[in-house]
Amino acid sequence: MKEGALIRLEHGSGGALSRDLVESVIHPFFRSESYPELSDASPVEAGSDFLMTTDGYVVDPPFFPGGDIGGLSVWGTCNDLAVCGAKPICVSLALVLEEGFAVADLKKVLQSAAAAAREADTRIVTGDTKVVPRGRGGGIFVTTAGLGRRVFSGVLSPSRIREGDSVIISAPLGAHGLTVLAARESLPVAGTLRSDMAFLYPPVSLLFPLEESLRFLRDATRGGIAAVLNEAAHGAAWGIRIAEAEIPVSEEVRTVADLLGLNPLEIANEGVFVAVVDAQAETAALQALRGHPLGRTARCVGHVSLENPGTVLMTTRIGGTRRVDFPRGLLLPRIC
Amino acid sequence: MSEERELASALVAEIERTAAGINRPARIMEVCGTHTVELRRQGIHSLLPRGITLVSGPGCPVCVTPAGYVDNALMLAESGRAVIASFGDMLKVPGSSGRSLTSLSAGGRAKLVYSPTELIEIARKAGAPVVFLAVGFETTIPTVISVLQDARNRGIDNLYLYTAFKTVPPALRFLLANPEHGIDGFLLPGHVSVVIGADAYGFLEGPGGRPGVITGFEALDMLLGILLVLRQVRKGTHRVENAYPRAVRPGGNPLARGMMESMLEPRDETWRGLGVIPGAALGLRPALADRDAAKVFSLPPAADAEAPGCICARVVAGMAAPPQCPLFGTRCTPDDPVGPCMVSSEGTCAAYFRYGDGK
Repeated sequence: MKEGALIRLEHGSGGALSRDLVESVIHPFFRSESYPELSDASPVEAGSDFLMTTDGYVVDPPFFPGGDIGGLSVWGTCNDLAVCGAKPICVSLALVLEEGFAVADLKKVLQSAAAAAREADTRIVTGDTKVVPRGRGGGIFVTTAGLGRRVFSGVLSPSRIREGDSVIISAPLGAHGLTVLAARESLPVAGTLRSDMAFLYPPVSLLFPLEESLRFLRDATRGGIAAVLNEAAHGAAWGIRIAEAEIPVSEEVRTVADLLGLNPLEIANEGVFVAVVDAQAETAALQALRGHPLGRTARCVGHVSLENPGTVLMTTRIGGTRRVDFPRGLLLPRIC
Repeated sequence: MSEERELASALVAEIERTAAGINRPARIMEVCGTHTVELRRQGIHSLLPRGITLVSGPGCPVCVTPAGYVDNALMLAESGRAVIASFGDMLKVPGSSGRSLTSLSAGGRAKLVYSPTELIEIARKAGAPVVFLAVGFETTIPTVISVLQDARNRGIDNLYLYTAFKTVPPALRFLLANPEHGIDGFLLPGHVSVVIGADAYGFLEGPGGRPGVITGFEALDMLLGILLVLRQVRKGTHRVENAYPRAVRPGGNPLARGMMESMLEPRDETWRGLGVIPGAALGLRPALADRDAAKVFSLPPAADAEAPGCICARVVAGMAAPPQCPLFGTRCTPDDPVGPCMVSSEGTCAAYFRYGDGK
């Protein structure tokens, strides 16, 4: 990063600048031989079966159709563990409250967090509360940590991806980001849009029996599928080609995204994950996922290929080819 | 296979047959920035036969606005003489010093607007002169100038326009007069044509003209536009065809044209990369001089200047493609742009960077 650089909102968008901030500014302070990769969760010490993750939530507004910051923070943390092959054990919950935030609203957030924890068969075991002066906070910010136990014994990493592997998307894209945006801006386009916020361990764990054939998992939150696929392919000897016609997007999301000039591939989700599996295991993976309500519409959207090392290409609806880049620019701030 | 894809395949096959009949390479200029983006986003480049090249034209308003315009706006804001209001892209364009208006938005001296209708409220609250950066083609001009009437009706007297309005037909005439361009035909802008009408391009049919096809923005619209241009190239004709009749009428939108006619007059102003094109800019008529920021604040004419190494000037003139620029994708990216063609979401460089060149 340049001399005198300042943090910009774009650094939090989950796109190219977020990646740059983590890689060039943050990670160098903490990189070690035991943790060479940037992962959603890591073992508490080398070789351990206990994994730890942490997450911050600044979603604005804190309440939106389909959920709120309480449930979102618990499930988001559990999901980070799940896509690393671990079952959540417990979660911590730290609150930063702004002077003037309604206690009744706080109770709603906490009730939702407690319900989310119950559904995830996990517990909130510790927490912290701070209050900042009016105008110096965002109503409510939540920070969590999560501890999980490894269930999937193999390694889940982009480094295990091979030519020909299948890329699977578990559910339709874009609902969470658009819902929060519509709620924040009071857009009359909201209609029946709801956040897709969900606890992903149950569908994710249905893929664990694939063993070695399961290469990589990632929940497609900020930056959407575009960020997940580009991060996986970044610097690799292979690339990914997806087909626009196969990408699951609801008619409603497509229409609203079109109106707002947004690309569903770049919009944040809270109930969608990407799985890369050996092509031989594609059918088994889809069958397993489709047996669960959160994976009912799971699809294979593309494959790993050697034609475009390090990048993501898309066959467009009319059969043309274009690049799918890291999301750039501001995207949607404070979406989770 | 979807119906759209089948139709696209049929059009591509017909484009291939037509191109084969031309027996030489052909260059088609898409005049409009929205076409530049959509052609690449839909992957149309990758479907065209070798020898058919799509060249981006001067149709991205932010891209053809000279650096001196940004300098003047920066000067107004920094001297505290006015609050600047603008659409997002223009705020991010570096002036000749390399600085942009973005740095002033934190202090409230530059304001981002999504719609000109917000200007009334901004002016009401500002307690200072508010200058809107009125950049754009015929597509957006009527909406922007209607705000002046709205402001007058509501008794708002501190709202000014700093106009850098551009009009498409004189720019096309200018390109035709320049033999270097090597352009065989034009995809004419659909949205602009909704306002000005198909008849506005009659000069393309005269001596030294080129085929022009008014084209919509769906993938099939654009493939059809390309096919119709190539058919004319093969036949050696140069007529104006309207392939977007569901939106474009021969006479355009009379209400919008009437408003532009009554409030604006042609000006000779600098286009980035093309220099001064006679009559290709529009400014407020003398009756509205008290709303004209350039006059009220005595702004000097906006001069053109390029950042060292930046080839935006050649890109907007259709003389160079973005990958030919030494800064492209390295020193100049959408996250940290040097030239306006990388800043604007409609810019040629940004479209190349995001969507690739179809390979």
